[in-house]
Amino acid sequence: MTDFQVEVRVTPRRGILDPQGSAVRGALRSLGFAGVGEVHVGRLIVFPVEAESEDAAAERVEAMCRQLLANPVTEDFDVRVTAPAAA
Amino acid sequence: MKIGVVTFPGSNCDYDCYRAVRDALGAEAVFLWHKDHDLQGVDAVFLPGGFSYGDYLRAGAIAALSPIMREVKAFGADGGPVAGICNGFQILCEAGMLPGALIRNRTLKFRSRPVYLRVERADTLFTSEYERGDVLEIPIAHGEGCYFAEDTVLDELEANGQVVFRYVTPEGEETAAANPNGSARSVAGIIDANGNVLGMMPHPERAVEPLLGSTGGLGLFRSVAAHLATAGVRG
Repeated sequence: MTDFQVEVRVTPRRGILDPQGSAVRGALRSLGFAGVGEVHVGRLIVFPVEAESEDAAAERVEAMCRQLLANPVTEDFDVRVTAPAAA
Repeated sequence: MKIGVVTFPGSNCDYDCYRAVRDALGAEAVFLWHKDHDLQGVDAVFLPGGFSYGDYLRAGAIAALSPIMREVKAFGADGGPVAGICNGFQILCEAGMLPGALIRNRTLKFRSRPVYLRVERADTLFTSEYERGDVLEIPIAHGEGCYFAEDTVLDELEANGQVVFRYVTPEGEETAAANPNGSARSVAGIIDANGNVLGMMPHPERAVEPLLGSTGGLGLFRSVAAHLATAGVRG
């Protein structure tokens, strides 16, 4: 078993109104930052998980996303699993 | 007749609900603790408003996995009346007992004020004491009350008559300005396909006596009581 480092990015599903993103975009514009496109604000969830392999880890984390970490009605998720650096 | 009110860590409308049942309805009310697996033989369950588990992750997401929710799900699946108010509605959606989700208010503002609801269905166990088209004044207090579901789901809700309350003007008109949070199709409350699980963002328990400013919510509690009186209580 290896401890894999997991990063789950959860973002509002595209096409769903994201008032928080719009507010951040407006604030960036008011600071004078031109050329900022649509902004989306989400969550980054990081944790280590024990698994036999990188694939096994990713599979477990995707199950976690479907059951709890993301709401399938309103959010998209992206799972990144990285193996620990060789000692 | 015994009605249970679930207390999660962070619930803050549980006493209001308890009081509405006990004083406004004159029925027996009991608190159900989120860690328990025992519904204490209640005949109906209320999931109250508040900020269960600090709204961590998503409003209602952690509470939906509480031990008591396993029993509430079974109770609801068996036809038992379950009403989720505000955070309770969020919990019911997160638990998969109602379709859709409640997301951040379109205005990004926490809205705490009286709103007007039109009764779309007066033939449910939660609304039989109202008339269809009645306009009720009931307060809201939420930051994440924008009801969202895919269009196909919304169409299905409409076709099945599952939309029970809509945000309207005092005159009963559905307008964008009367919709306090940007909810799809001005949805303020829905029932499940079987009609025994209700979720609504407004707080009927805060509108049960004149001292509170409105008695618009009283009918909901009376409807549940009338249902239990005719359907017979359990146990």
